[in-house]
Amino acid sequence: MNKISELMHTLDAIGGESALLLNPETAHIVADAHRLLSSQEITGVEVQAEETPEAIIVHIVVTKGARVENPIHLCFGMLEPTGTQRIKLDIIVEDEANATFLAHCLFANAQSAQHLMDAEIKIGADAEMRMIESHYHGPFGGIEVVPKAVVDIGPNSRFFSDFSLTMGRVGRLDIDYRVTVDTHGVAELTSRVFGHVNDYIKIREEVDLIGESARSLVKTRVAIEDQAIAEVTGITNGAAKGARGHLDCMEIVKDEAIGQSIPIVKVTHPLAKVTHEAAIGTVDKEQLETLMAHGLSPEQAVDIIVSGLLR
Amino acid sequence: MNLLLEIKSLYLTIGDKKILHGLDLKVCSQEIHALIGTNGTGKTALARTIMGCEGYTPKRGDIFFRGQLINELAIHERARLGITMAWQEPARFEGLSVRDYLRLSSHKTNAASYLEWVGLSPTDYLNRMVDKTLSGGERKRIELASVLALRPLLAILDEPASGIDLLSVDEIVKVIRDFKDQGAAVLLISHREEIARVADRASQLCAGKIVFSGDPDAVAQHYRSRQCNVCDGMVCPDE
Repeated sequence: MNKISELMHTLDAIGGESALLLNPETAHIVADAHRLLSSQEITGVEVQAEETPEAIIVHIVVTKGARVENPIHLCFGMLEPTGTQRIKLDIIVEDEANATFLAHCLFANAQSAQHLMDAEIKIGADAEMRMIESHYHGPFGGIEVVPKAVVDIGPNSRFFSDFSLTMGRVGRLDIDYRVTVDTHGVAELTSRVFGHVNDYIKIREEVDLIGESARSLVKTRVAIEDQAIAEVTGITNGAAKGARGHLDCMEIVKDEAIGQSIPIVKVTHPLAKVTHEAAIGTVDKEQLETLMAHGLSPEQAVDIIVSGLLR
Repeated sequence: MNLLLEIKSLYLTIGDKKILHGLDLKVCSQEIHALIGTNGTGKTALARTIMGCEGYTPKRGDIFFRGQLINELAIHERARLGITMAWQEPARFEGLSVRDYLRLSSHKTNAASYLEWVGLSPTDYLNRMVDKTLSGGERKRIELASVLALRPLLAILDEPASGIDLLSVDEIVKVIRDFKDQGAAVLLISHREEIARVADRASQLCAGKIVFSGDPDAVAQHYRSRQCNVCDGMVCPDE
């Protein structure tokens, strides 16, 4: 089996649809470590990808007014159990364009590996971008994943991101996203992570609402068990008239795991408003008892509560 | 009718507060038994004690279900014997669809038919989440549907009409009757006499014990003639 087939096999195994990549109307990048295996551009989506010994360098432009029907696939990963993959990703979504990105980061065999991503995303005016990013790090926990992104959302534009790492081990995860939202723009950042054994999860998401009536929601859902540790920091700055931001963090903590949430809400304009809510702790007793009254064992009930939280 | 649930001389204390105080109760199979009483008399505590909830372990007394002593059984073990409960304020679940919630007991459950049973449109509700986006009334109806779907032998319904608008009370009464038609007994907990009238038999709870049992109309009359409006579970003229 060649490398691209192996990556696709992993993608299918975790519920993805690799067949979509074969569609000539689907723009995509596929890379194993620092080897570029495939890339494709389509009308409205310019893709430039380069492999270097230090990184995979990707530039994607969704051109002005383009309405991209099929999601753009970014399939990164590493088949070898050791090594480093660094991705430098620039995405520009021009004015009035609309696109969804599906990013798959697959490290099924990782035992001593690193995945570093530096992304810069610029969304023009009246545009919309969705980034659905799913990770699979295999069963060993021997990986460090450091996704960093700087996102600039233009006037009247919308950005939605959904990061999930809910199957297999996490390893060491250090997310750092910084988002700026201009006038009437919207940012919604969602992260879902399930940590086990000695996994370490660090999530830092910061949103600056700099434009009038800019809005944001930062939603984090984490479940941790065994001796896993999670530290979630959500930051929202309301800096313009009518800006509205909300931070929403829930962590279910089992066994000897340790969960922490730090909401930082800052308002520098008298007509801005930022709110937050956080719930960290063991499985909710009322939820547990309700499901048990439906005949589920405590273990089955906890599984349903946790999987629902991470869905 | 066969005796389904028998509670003998039940005492429950939470902290230093006496909640149930020598309570005796019998519920027969396929019987709707209303339990009425003002706030604080121990109705919900009794329901939780029968269900086996954490913190509601009786200090003394026995609970028998179909002749089996169930004091030591966990909630899910009692549920598997055929006892279940619709909470007064049902829990909400992020990421769990109404369809999946109604299928907790069996993947073969026809979730749509149970939604229709409680007056909700399957088209509108099957794919919604059982989370905070549902109103209190919607959540209560879905809880009743899920309890119906379990096809229990004993359904404990704690204030099934609270949070549901008055115009819908008739529908709830119909659903309570449907439980019986389906073969279940119902322990109907309510502080509203008009709901209790659907019952075959009723009991009035006061200060943690049953003070009067019998025909629902007679119990309702006894309840209306009570001298106290608020019972803290400690003082009652009927004691």
